[in-house]
Amino acid sequence: MTLLAFARGPALQAAVLIMIAGICWRLAGIFLLRRRKRFALPRASVTGRIGGAFTTILTRFVPRRTFWPRIAVSVMLSGVFHIGLLIILLGGAPHIQVIHQVTGLTWPNLPKGLIVIVSGLTLASMIGLLIRRVLNPVLRLLSTVDDYLSWLLVFLPVLSGVLLSGETIGGYGTLLALHILSVELLMIWLPFGKLMHMLLVFAGRGAMGIDFARKGAAT
Amino acid sequence: MSPDAVPPQPKAPPSPANGPDAVQVTKAWHAFISDIGPTAALALESCVHCGRCAEACQYYVQTGDPRYTPIHKIEPFKQAYERRSGPFAFAYRLLGMAPKVTAEELETWQELIYDSCNMCGRCSLICPMGIDIASLVEQARHGMFDAGLVPPDYLGAIAEKEHASGSPFGLTIPQFHDLLHDIGRKHGVVMHVDEAKADIVPTLSSIDVKTYPASIAATAKLLNHMGASWTFRTDGFDADNVSLTAGDRAGQRKITLAIVQAAISCGAKIVLMPECGHSFTEMRWEAANSFGGELPFRVLQITELIAEGLTDGRIRVNKVTEAATYHDACQLSRRGGATAAPRVIMAALGLDLHEMEDAGDTNWCCGGGGGVALINRAQPLRDKAFQIKQRQVDATGMATVYTSCSGCRQTLEHGGKAANWNKTVASLLERVANNLKD
Repeated sequence: MTLLAFARGPALQAAVLIMIAGICWRLAGIFLLRRRKRFALPRASVTGRIGGAFTTILTRFVPRRTFWPRIAVSVMLSGVFHIGLLIILLGGAPHIQVIHQVTGLTWPNLPKGLIVIVSGLTLASMIGLLIRRVLNPVLRLLSTVDDYLSWLLVFLPVLSGVLLSGETIGGYGTLLALHILSVELLMIWLPFGKLMHMLLVFAGRGAMGIDFARKGAAT
Repeated sequence: MSPDAVPPQPKAPPSPANGPDAVQVTKAWHAFISDIGPTAALALESCVHCGRCAEACQYYVQTGDPRYTPIHKIEPFKQAYERRSGPFAFAYRLLGMAPKVTAEELETWQELIYDSCNMCGRCSLICPMGIDIASLVEQARHGMFDAGLVPPDYLGAIAEKEHASGSPFGLTIPQFHDLLHDIGRKHGVVMHVDEAKADIVPTLSSIDVKTYPASIAATAKLLNHMGASWTFRTDGFDADNVSLTAGDRAGQRKITLAIVQAAISCGAKIVLMPECGHSFTEMRWEAANSFGGELPFRVLQITELIAEGLTDGRIRVNKVTEAATYHDACQLSRRGGATAAPRVIMAALGLDLHEMEDAGDTNWCCGGGGGVALINRAQPLRDKAFQIKQRQVDATGMATVYTSCSGCRQTLEHGGKAANWNKTVASLLERVANNLKD
């Protein structure tokens, strides 16, 4: 079995299985905890609370104006990184092909040159985020192995993707296999570390939105 | 308390006299974990260590000390959750990875959980993941209390006394009865005390009892002006609930239920909370949970009642010719949803309001919230935190700062005194009561 066949076959199956099982287990561990009924008369109706959830999910993408002066670097780096990743994933022709094979859905891809530029910006923002994590006293204090491992497991697919698009080193098959394997590593780690925030971010913001809307408090 | 929290069982407060040991650490973990429902678990699972919460915290902003990063303040408890009850706790157990924090480290964490967190919730507004860190700190305090790790002067002098007597100053029912009538006589206000039936039952902040009795007289004057049927109840008067900020769940419940029962026994339609932030949070949002069902009365903070009265004509005030600024109490505005009420009042008074930067929902705490004002050793830190408010008030150019929280009022006065600050800090309630139309 070639490396590419391994990456596309058993490795992919294992990664998908671990990722799905891990996500289910982690979500069950959170949401099956006993929930206590809240009896205080809410300020907002049920509709208002649901509205609070969606409002919070959306508004937390952009911090309140008053916070900007102190967190602008963090917001900009993280914004470039997340938006960049999204553009690469949804705009790159090979990724659209994979999505089409799995779901049947398709859409026009972005030019390869643009994706390469976005990839470069994404990698640069990630390096910026890593430097901040190492140098900033607050981030250094908070950081754990998970932070660095998660960073690496996102960085590798982006880097291997850039190398693959230019076929800069090695043959196409080897680079493709390495790219797929790096994504599979990310998938395997996703449920166990901070990468899970891809899903939890919506639940967390939504829960806060409901709770704060109940109190009539700003979210 | 987290909305998902399990109701506490009454028990005697632990003694903080002895240092922490392994048993106390276990108690701390257990108390914290027993509070965790889906909302808190989601919060604990979601942190991406972005550090933005530090930039919203006055203690970090004013000192630059990374230990004051809000999410870091609950780190030992976060570890306890992950390694003892989280979805992957079994893996930690298999690998023999118990929480790393020792009893001594937990003792040093006391400063982070009590002295340097006013539970103002500003960090909760900046968190991109939607983590309500202030609620997690409150839960961590439950653990610290159960482990006997509350700052000694705080627990010994105040919370313990409240737990035992129902009043943080150990005020007995006869003493309270006499005190109310003394205040009534001194201020020329008719007091209603322990009447069998009443529509409104006002409660008190012990800070008012001790320092601002004019506020108690103002409450009575206002209710008399409204022609309301009202009465203070000596069997349920202390709204302060120091136990809440100390982390004493049983004490918190005891104080709250005393007020609930007193109000029910006289058929109250409204329980009126004084100019006090945390007491409003407790009675408005937690009391029903302690009671075990919807309360048979409304809970209103005094500014909400005044705003309602001004709107429907039950309260009539003379216009003033005064310019001032207003300090929002975090628990009333950002955490309590009552940001608009004081502004309705100030507009009705015709007060020329000069808002501070960040006024309203993103305001900065006075520096003494969450019980920080009650910890003597925290004064240097508290004074540093106060400097933010000092700068913001100075920037408005106003000589008077109104507020609707006695705790904030006292902290601002103390901070101002330490900084030789020439501002007047005043009660909005008293301003209204002294300006009622005959």
